[in-house]
Amino acid sequence: MTTKTIAGVNVDVTEDGYLTDASQWTEEVAKEIAKEEGIELTDKHFEVIEYVRNKVAAGEGLTIRGIGKSGVVDAKTFYKLFPGAPLKKATKISGVPKPVSCI
Amino acid sequence: MDTKEKKQPLKKILLICSKANLEDVYAALVMANGAVMEGIETKVFFTFFGLDAITKKQMNKLHTATVGNPGMRMPGGLAFPTLLGALPGVEAGVTAMMKKEMDKLDMPPVDEFLELIEAGGGEIYACKLAADMFKLKKEDFHETVKAIITVGDLYEMCDGEGTQIVFT
Repeated sequence: MTTKTIAGVNVDVTEDGYLTDASQWTEEVAKEIAKEEGIELTDKHFEVIEYVRNKVAAGEGLTIRGIGKSGVVDAKTFYKLFPGAPLKKATKISGVPKPVSCI
Repeated sequence: MDTKEKKQPLKKILLICSKANLEDVYAALVMANGAVMEGIETKVFFTFFGLDAITKKQMNKLHTATVGNPGMRMPGGLAFPTLLGALPGVEAGVTAMMKKEMDKLDMPPVDEFLELIEAGGGEIYACKLAADMFKLKKEDFHETVKAIITVGDLYEMCDGEGTQIVFT
C-alpha cells in the first residue's frame, strides 16, 4: 500500500491503484483516476459510480450481470462507458476494492 | 538465457466447446465471459454436442451426467453409485441442484450468459460441419450466434500475436 496524491487529495492505494479507504474518495479523485484510464466522466458514469459505491458499502458483491440488471445501465452500455475491463475500471474509479468475482 | 522476457498479454482467445453437459458448457461460458470482462477479444466456437448450448430448443435444458461421471458425489462426499445415476429422475434432480447452486453464485441461464458475452463484444459461432450433421440451421440457433462457420474460417480468425485457442 502506498499513499498517492490524486487531484490534491492524499489517498491510500493498492499496488494496482485501488483506493483502500472508500471514504477518501471524492468526485475529483474519480475524474483524475478516470483520466488515467482514458475515460472522461459523464453524468451517466457518475450514476454507475454511485450504484457501485452503494453496493459495496452495503457489503454486496458486484457482477456485470448485476449491474446490467440494476436499472442504471444495461450490460452493453456498461461496457461502452468503461471500455476494456468495465468492472475493474468502474470499481477503481469508484474508489472501492478490486472485485473478486469471476462472473 | 534472458530471464527478463517481456510479459506478453493475452489479446485474443478462442474457446471451443464440443460437449453439452451443463458443466462443460458453463466452463466455456464462464471463461469466455471472464475474458470479455478483461477486455480480451473473445470468440466461442460451438461444435458437435456443444451445439445444444446455442440451439434454442435445448440451450436452457442442459444436464449434468450422473452416469460415467467420476466427479459425482453424494451430498456428504460419498461416491455416487453409477447405477443410482441411471434411475429415472436422478439426473434431473442432480441437475436442478447444480442449477440452484449456480444461481446462488449469480451464474445466469445459458441464453442470458450468451447475451452477456455478446454485450461485451464477444462473438459466438456454430460449427458448419456439426450443424450439417445435426440438420441445424441459423434459425435454430440463438440470436447471439453470429454465424455458422467452417474450421478454416475459425483458424483465420485466430491471427495476431497474443492469441490462444482453448478446447474445453
